[in-house]
Amino acid sequence: MANDQDQILNDVTSGDYKYGFVTDVETDIIPKGLSEDVVRLISAKKGEPEWMLEFRLKAYRHWLTMEMPHWAHLEVPEIDYQDIIYFAAPRIKNPNSSEEIDPELRETFEKLGIPLNEQKLLSGFAVDAVMDSSSVKTTFSETLSEHGIIFCSMSEAIRNHPDLIKKYLASVVPYTDNFFATLNSAVFSDGSFCYIPKGVRCPMELSTYFRINAANTGQFERTLIIAEADSYVSYLEGCTAPVRDENQLHAAVVEIVALDNAEVKYSTVQNWYPGDKNGKGGIYNFVTKRGICRGKNSKISWTQVETGSAITWKYPSCILLGDNSYGEFNSVAVTNNHQQADTGTKMIHIGKNTRSHIISKGISAGVSNNSYRGLVKVLKGAENARNFSQCDSLLLGDKCGAHTFPYIEVDNPTAIVEHEATTSKIGEDQIFYCNQRGLSTEDAVGLIINGYAKEVLNKLPMEFAVEAQKLLQISLEGSVG
Amino acid sequence: MSKTTNISIKEELVDLYLSNLDLITDNSTPTLNRGRQSAIENFNLLGLPDAKNERYKYSKIEPLFTQDLEKYFAPKDITFKIDDIFRCDIPEIGTDLALVLNGFYLPKGDKLTKLDNGLIYGSLAEASIKYPEIVSKHYNSIADNVGEGLVALNTAFVQDGVFIYVPKGVEMNRPLQIINLLMSDENLLVQYRNLIILEESSSASVVVCDHSLSSQKFLSNVVTEIVAKPNSKLELVKMQNEHNDSTQLSHVYIHQQKDSKVTTNTISLHGGFIRNNLNVLLDDAGCENSSYGLYLMDRNQHIDNYSFIDHAKPHCTSNELFKGILDEQATGAFNGRILVRRDAQQTQAFQANNNLLLTADAKMNTKPQLEIYADDVKCSHGATVGQLDLEAKFYMQTRGIGEKEAMLLLMIGFAHDVVKKITIEPLRERIDELVNKRLRGELSRCHNCPMHCC
Repeated sequence: MANDQDQILNDVTSGDYKYGFVTDVETDIIPKGLSEDVVRLISAKKGEPEWMLEFRLKAYRHWLTMEMPHWAHLEVPEIDYQDIIYFAAPRIKNPNSSEEIDPELRETFEKLGIPLNEQKLLSGFAVDAVMDSSSVKTTFSETLSEHGIIFCSMSEAIRNHPDLIKKYLASVVPYTDNFFATLNSAVFSDGSFCYIPKGVRCPMELSTYFRINAANTGQFERTLIIAEADSYVSYLEGCTAPVRDENQLHAAVVEIVALDNAEVKYSTVQNWYPGDKNGKGGIYNFVTKRGICRGKNSKISWTQVETGSAITWKYPSCILLGDNSYGEFNSVAVTNNHQQADTGTKMIHIGKNTRSHIISKGISAGVSNNSYRGLVKVLKGAENARNFSQCDSLLLGDKCGAHTFPYIEVDNPTAIVEHEATTSKIGEDQIFYCNQRGLSTEDAVGLIINGYAKEVLNKLPMEFAVEAQKLLQISLEGSVG
Repeated sequence: MSKTTNISIKEELVDLYLSNLDLITDNSTPTLNRGRQSAIENFNLLGLPDAKNERYKYSKIEPLFTQDLEKYFAPKDITFKIDDIFRCDIPEIGTDLALVLNGFYLPKGDKLTKLDNGLIYGSLAEASIKYPEIVSKHYNSIADNVGEGLVALNTAFVQDGVFIYVPKGVEMNRPLQIINLLMSDENLLVQYRNLIILEESSSASVVVCDHSLSSQKFLSNVVTEIVAKPNSKLELVKMQNEHNDSTQLSHVYIHQQKDSKVTTNTISLHGGFIRNNLNVLLDDAGCENSSYGLYLMDRNQHIDNYSFIDHAKPHCTSNELFKGILDEQATGAFNGRILVRRDAQQTQAFQANNNLLLTADAKMNTKPQLEIYADDVKCSHGATVGQLDLEAKFYMQTRGIGEKEAMLLLMIGFAHDVVKKITIEPLRERIDELVNKRLRGELSRCHNCPMHCC
């Protein structure tokens, strides 16, 4: 029995990474290394105004004074920041006509299941496709603009909507925030910008698809979502990268601003290349994501399914500033083989009657390590703040690790903060029960894991949920502890 | 800025050691002297824990040592009537009593007492002369001198403390009480060491009471090492009741061997600044550890409970419950870490921390942690911070119980969850009573004790 289980576990964990191909496309690449000149070059390539360059330089100079953080439960090999290419953009033949996408690129995204052709797309889905350092195509821009929604690449937004960018960029994650966010502020290349005007309910899901393609590059994208009063948007993010022996760095920043009564749902299915079975290669995913519920009754929810990346360092957070605002964090993090993840959230309660809800489901297999790290902080003025956190870990195999590091800091007596965590493996009795009813052990495990993660998967938009479910099965297919 | 002060405090302490080295070693014994040199070297490397030390995130240790504190390295003669202390006893138990004054064992007669059943208790320094083979085998064997600066400091300066030895197969039917007294004309730094050894299949219960008898500032840095050999059983109840100008840094190290069972219960009633470090190593199969704690803090008091349960071997169970009530400007912290090592299968580890905040100025930080490297385990932790249940209060009010009384009843019930874990019945009742008085705002010193300790 045990051998069978091991065998199945082996099969599952050796499930291949489907998105590991490389697109042969002409790419505009700058030399390796980082300096003020490189920052200027990136800015020039993007045709940015002076104030943006100033912002980048300020960030770069600050970054020079910082050290890489080491507090996470991760073993991060030394990263040589001079050995990374900070800008790589696929050449678009005719930049003026967005219809004329390189067929190679179109094919790439089709292979990834992201058709860039609007006719082919499921209605209700607008995509900003980003490859390496630049946005390839944003679909449905026109349809959205009818509602006054701005959905475009960050570069375009800097050119066309400087007022909004000046007002909101780095307002949630300041350029001094942390090592990786500061690096991102200096060298970010592209990303998505989304602005939902007052009272508008975004008629379709907005989505960004990130793809690393070029070798030796780092990807530094920046996303900014602004939801004006009484608006609603649901935003999705997906990512993949080719199979390579080297480690590639991905340091993104996502900022969300929600004003009065606005609601933003941000969902991620993170599937960067996790490295091979021996831990070779893979993406270092060091991401800063933060939303601020600035208005009354505003709501931000983060949902993430993390299956990829060699190392994940990511804490999508909510600053609950407006009274009655609500923050939510739902996460399924899967680590396998030599993957490492240190992920969680921060909920900062500042306004009165603010609420937050955290569900984290960690699954570890192989020799991986999976940590939940979260902070719930209730400031003095946050009357009647309420938090509930639940962090469960599932261990598949006896060589992996699952860890929980919650921090709870309460400075107000009317706050009610609850945290609970459990760690266990799939019970033999559970599997036996399923076996008895004619399910193979592998199916039983799949079923149990899906049930375990269901609470979070249910929060995903439907198309994503299906993909996430499949991903979960590929990542862990047949794993039995 | 703070870094420079830390270095200077560290240097000051090292200087203090070097300039008093002769005095310290002359008044001590070879066994205790043996570890000093490497300990002070370690301390010189480690220094006092600073803000960057994750384990001390919520407690600032450096400022405690900047106060002007007297240190002395041999027992001072202080006269007071020992009979008074006896009345501080837990009634109806008839415990054996060990007195420690400012870190030095205070003998009633002999420095070591040997009971009929073979149990030995008394001065650690004396024991290290009379029973060098027992003491040197266990002394400093489990305390972490390499990772914990305060322990290294203790090892360097230690002079005395309490020694308890329970021989093989001996079952003590009544608890042994250790009373730690602080009394001085000057502000005082006290560092002493306790060593408790339970031989195979023995059992004992130990009650430790900490009192301050004069109003001077006290800083105690105390290390307790407990070795529980196979199939032994220990219940340790610690009652902390010192005044608001006193600081206690307590480090308890427990080494549990096969099938041993250790229960600790720390009741913190009073104290200006309390830091309790509890380190438990479950080193063989079948160990059972229960760690309980209750803290009732008000004014500017600060309590920080740190626990580290190391499940090094399979088939062990640990159970933690820490509850606290914080009133006025009191601040509290809890940091509980459970480590389940690779192959420590069939581990069961539970941990809970519940806190009540009574005022807007009270503050609580809690940080439970699970670090698990084995898969066939059942581990959970839970932490809550909140206030009393308004519905329960309302329920009582509708039945004619006044609001204040209703809240008191709820708090007493909340605290009783921890107190009820004490198995020695008279002690449990007594502590319930003390908790009751404490919550009612009456000074919680033992009420039949004439000494005005707090």
